[in-house]
Amino acid sequence: MQTTWAYISNNFVYSAMAVFAISFVAHAFETAFAVRAPEVADSTSGNLMTKTLDYKRTERAARIATAMMILGFVLLLAGVIARGISAKHVPWGNMYEFSITGALAFTGTYLGALRKYDLRWLGLFVSLGVLLTLGTAITLLYRNSAPLVPALKSTWLVIHVVAAIISGGVFLLANVVAGAYLYLERAERLGARPVWLRRVPSIEVLDQLSYRLVAFVFPLWTFSVIAGAIWAESAWGRYWGWDPKETWAFITWVAYAAYLHARVTVGWRGRRAAWLCIFAGSTFLFNYVYVNVWGTGKHTYSGL
Amino acid sequence: MSKDIEVPELGFVALLRYAWRQLTSMRTALILLMLLGVAAIPGSLIPQRITNAIAVRDLYQSNPELAKWYDRFSLFDVYGSPWFSAIYILLFISLIGCVLPRSFEHYRAMRAQPPATPKNLSRLEHYQELVADNQTLHTAEQWFKKNRFRVRIEENSISAEKGFLRETGNLLFHLSLILILVGVSFGSLFGMRGEAIVNVGERFISVPTSYDTLSFGKLAGDSSLEPFEIKVDKFVARYNPKTNAPEDYTAWLTVTYQGKTEKKIIKVNKPLTFANTRVYLQANGYSPVVTVRDSQGFVAFQGPVPFLPQDGNLRSIGAIKVPDAEPQIGFVGSFVPTNARTTDQGAVSIFPELLDPKLLFSIWKGDLGLDSGIPQSVYKIDTSDLQQIGLGSVKPGETFNYAEGSITLETVVPWINLQVVKDPGKSYALIGGIVAVLGLLSSLYGRRRRIWIRITPQGAEVAGLAKNSAPGLEDEIESFVNALRRD
Repeated sequence: MQTTWAYISNNFVYSAMAVFAISFVAHAFETAFAVRAPEVADSTSGNLMTKTLDYKRTERAARIATAMMILGFVLLLAGVIARGISAKHVPWGNMYEFSITGALAFTGTYLGALRKYDLRWLGLFVSLGVLLTLGTAITLLYRNSAPLVPALKSTWLVIHVVAAIISGGVFLLANVVAGAYLYLERAERLGARPVWLRRVPSIEVLDQLSYRLVAFVFPLWTFSVIAGAIWAESAWGRYWGWDPKETWAFITWVAYAAYLHARVTVGWRGRRAAWLCIFAGSTFLFNYVYVNVWGTGKHTYSGL
Repeated sequence: MSKDIEVPELGFVALLRYAWRQLTSMRTALILLMLLGVAAIPGSLIPQRITNAIAVRDLYQSNPELAKWYDRFSLFDVYGSPWFSAIYILLFISLIGCVLPRSFEHYRAMRAQPPATPKNLSRLEHYQELVADNQTLHTAEQWFKKNRFRVRIEENSISAEKGFLRETGNLLFHLSLILILVGVSFGSLFGMRGEAIVNVGERFISVPTSYDTLSFGKLAGDSSLEPFEIKVDKFVARYNPKTNAPEDYTAWLTVTYQGKTEKKIIKVNKPLTFANTRVYLQANGYSPVVTVRDSQGFVAFQGPVPFLPQDGNLRSIGAIKVPDAEPQIGFVGSFVPTNARTTDQGAVSIFPELLDPKLLFSIWKGDLGLDSGIPQSVYKIDTSDLQQIGLGSVKPGETFNYAEGSITLETVVPWINLQVVKDPGKSYALIGGIVAVLGLLSSLYGRRRRIWIRITPQGAEVAGLAKNSAPGLEDEIESFVNALRRD
């Protein structure tokens, strides 16, 4: 029974990956074929041909891409649920399970935002990111479905980990936006942004967006750390013990606190703020990868 | 920037004031905050005494020179080190110096009336004109009151303000951080922490001598021990038959506290609570129950001896010391709950439950050194001055005979490790944490804004202003104007 459901879950995850791959290709097609080079040079003095973007030509590809994204989301959701049934607990017992749930949350956030804003320019990166996450998860991080070790048997698993996964997803999204800001800001300083990135909003919007994302999710991250502390108090007998995971969660918290202060109180904008945002996000990633894989301490369970 | 500015001679008080202003400036606070983050990093890369004392000891053995230098900079105790403390103490002083004046200021602002309506509203955002009658101002006032604006009513205008929760939340958040720090310090000054291994069937009484390890905060002592008694009736550990991973640990206890005796259950995530003290189920293992007889057949030792687990399948090591035998006898032992043999490691355990238990030992004779006054591990015997006289193994019910006597493995009982922690500061830290989240929410999502209305000979003018150019004011003014029009 247990293995059957785990098997079903794996098949769903594989199918989701295939569908996300189609979505990725459709997104790439949409962007690539929207670029139109003029047939005659528009400057007589040189051979300059300004390329333009015409998304009307690739509207169908865009629709397919989004439809595949939705289908992938549904398949991945089924995969995560089946994984939960196979192990008889919320599927957050090891790094493989965090990763597939994180990818699900990431796709869900994108699709949710898509209902309100035209974010399809992000689809290429979202589908690629999800593919990479799932690929890493299923090849490197895969572990057999197993019951939880006693220390994980707690309601706080749901609360603490959900808060941490959502915060992480939004932090990483803020990082992507800040990275896009830095790239485009440089491109615009040196000339113009590349044609295929014309659809991305102005750098001012990106700058503001990464701040909004962080400001929105910072209280949730604070909550996640506090929920973890409450849980640690009942499982390990102390609410804070400078375990490597706790230390890095603290560093991430401090880094984002510094970022928010730098923006709100000191008035940092643009490049400096974007770098600080990326640094803070990297501490989160470091915590996720380094402490889980190479670290010691109480947050290492069941292999990974 | 200020290189060419002549710095005047400062008096002592002026110097102090200058230093204080520097410390409480936002820039300094920001630098200290970033410094705190950076300073926390080495503690996660270098082993710490509080989390991994064994790794620290290993480093001292493998690289003593490096370890000495690490220790010189408190790198094995980063979070209690003078430099780490200096950063967070400065940060908190800076925070207090920044937040307290702002709190008073905010309190005054909250009680004051909103500022007067500006003369020229048409220069402000969201300006619009509408028709008005003599009821308009009254309707506006009611709308403001209904929407919980604070208003200043003037002859022909109203100035309304809302969104003080933003600054209130911001200040509460920072003040709650101070509360968390107070809670943490209070807990470490007045707290206590101890551990005890208790065999199933035995009773643990919370007095200093019963603990295997016991440490108190700087301002706490023996009297801060919570008096309770725990008898361990039964302990069950369940393991996954395929992966050998633990699935559940449960201990059934009889607890006596404040004159009342009750049956209780303790699990990994379900500690017992006695006032500020909590008791945690932290580890478990096996105690072989042995009887050691001398060559005459008299019992020299009898009872359970806790062995320390070495791996997930509970292969355990331990020592049985028999000082009452003549000569003194010691057994250096290894216990496996489910016995198997490999060619390279000798006896190993292949499952953590008692499926095929076996006790293996070497027997040593001579002075065990128990009277030497040097503290000894109960799990080890220093065999350098002893003479080995035998090598053997027994299963439950079996007896092994050697020249100086015999050893019988009667049975095996599990032991549990109880961790007893008293932390009188944790409820302050928890309250601080909750207030911090609430404060953050209202400070990040709150919006401070003003709306004005003035009656003019032509009708009425409305305008608004949002601090930090927060969105949403336009819609609010829209619904305000609609309310005015409806009348």
